[in-house]
Amino acid sequence: MSSLLKLSQVEAYIQQFHILHDINFEVPKGEVTVLLGRNGAGKTTTLRTIMGLNPVSKGSIVFKDEEISNQKPHLIANKGIGYVPEDQGIFGDLTVGENLRVAMKREDQETTERLEWILDLFPDLKKFWKKPGGQLSGGQKQMLAISRAYVNENDMLLIDEPSKGLAPIVVEKVMETILQMKEKTTILLVEQNFLMASKIGDRFYIIDDGQTVHNGLMGELKQDKALMKKYLGVS
Amino acid sequence: MDLIASLTVNGLATGMLIFLLAAGLTLIFGLMSVLNFAHGGLFIWGAYAGVWIYYITNSFLLAIIVAIITGLVLGLITERLIIRPVYGNHIQQILITLGFMLVLQELIKVVFGPDQKAVHPPAWLEGSFQMGDVILIKYRLFIIAIGLLLFLTIYLILKKTRIGLIVRAGVMDREMVQTLGINIRFVFMAVFMVGAALAALSGVLHAPYSGVIYAEMGLEFSILAFIVVVIGGMGSFTGSLFAAILVGLAQAFMAYYVPALSLAVNMLIMTVVLIFRPQGLFKVKG
Repeated sequence: MSSLLKLSQVEAYIQQFHILHDINFEVPKGEVTVLLGRNGAGKTTTLRTIMGLNPVSKGSIVFKDEEISNQKPHLIANKGIGYVPEDQGIFGDLTVGENLRVAMKREDQETTERLEWILDLFPDLKKFWKKPGGQLSGGQKQMLAISRAYVNENDMLLIDEPSKGLAPIVVEKVMETILQMKEKTTILLVEQNFLMASKIGDRFYIIDDGQTVHNGLMGELKQDKALMKKYLGVS
Repeated sequence: MDLIASLTVNGLATGMLIFLLAAGLTLIFGLMSVLNFAHGGLFIWGAYAGVWIYYITNSFLLAIIVAIITGLVLGLITERLIIRPVYGNHIQQILITLGFMLVLQELIKVVFGPDQKAVHPPAWLEGSFQMGDVILIKYRLFIIAIGLLLFLTIYLILKKTRIGLIVRAGVMDREMVQTLGINIRFVFMAVFMVGAALAALSGVLHAPYSGVIYAEMGLEFSILAFIVVVIGGMGSFTGSLFAAILVGLAQAFMAYYVPALSLAVNMLIMTVVLIFRPQGLFKVKG
């Protein structure tokens, strides 16, 4: 298994609060790895720490065989990591088109093809091309956030709770899209919706109180009802 | 009618000068949440450096160029040495930039002397046009034209270019911009330098308009610029233009009709805006 991203004994603070105590996981190339855990377990902080938005106080983060911990966020992004934050990070005053354009590092044929591919999956974005991002529905914002992360040729996408606050039918659409993106890129997904996580994910890590406590293949987790109940509250 | 037209031109010209000063301030505040009270110091240094060259060469165009270069250089120094160590701490920002403002002000006296300097418009901008009963002073029209031209140029850059999009996006959510692979610190430094250059340009244009320059006028204009930024909406470039014109016109008309209120009118407008629309006239959405 060749891993694209590897976190070893990562610890992190937010101000004086010790949030991540001991995070260890690997993300194999070409797979969808899911971080599971209850609210407040440290999943979002883990993604933010990988992106350099939160400092690492101990441990290492290696991406494509290079140590990236505590590097600046833009340098980490330019190494080939796309990020979809929990709040989607849509620029409210920019139109859909401008939100995508601001993300595009190049305007070449390849980027155009990627843009067309993702817009075919999310035709709403084409329809509302000139609409300010702030006026989109929650689902449309999520589609825009995912498209924005995908439009550049990244080796890996970090997606934080894409189903959060969305209607079931929209969740279905987002899930289908991530499944299609899985064919083209490696994904590290944080997801509370176990149904969605289990359909998309290849392997999982459970984070509890800032520590990775379990991991395995997604198929195994579905069989382990006790584990699911203990850490995820799913029965 | 001629009085109204004359007051309107006066108000618009004052408004444009305040706009040039406030435009940089609003982008700096919106982009990096930095309260830069030294902005008036850049204004006054632009005025003095430009006027000094104007005295020597008698070329107002050269004076404008030197003022802009002075603004760019001082902007770079201010951002690197004064602002960068205090990112994220408003109290420290207020203290250090206010202190730096006083340093810049006193340095003016050391370098150029403590006396006021009289400045006249260049020959090609002296005099006026007459349209019916209305007399339009050439230099004021020049300031309005420069202000509008710069507004349109910057507006088009912000709206139509990727660099402009990055700046606007940075005003809304600078963290997100970084995760798109953009060095926001570098963008901020560039915006800071452009903002400083606009302040310096405002200073040199103001010199022949008021006819005299003195070291303390930086602080006076700095306060006006902050009022404009609050009225227009923090981070809104268009808001700054509208607010600056509003303040300029209010000052011009009040100074004529109710002189006692001419200084208070800006505060009154700001108070009304803060009561009914605390986010300012043009809110930037994140």
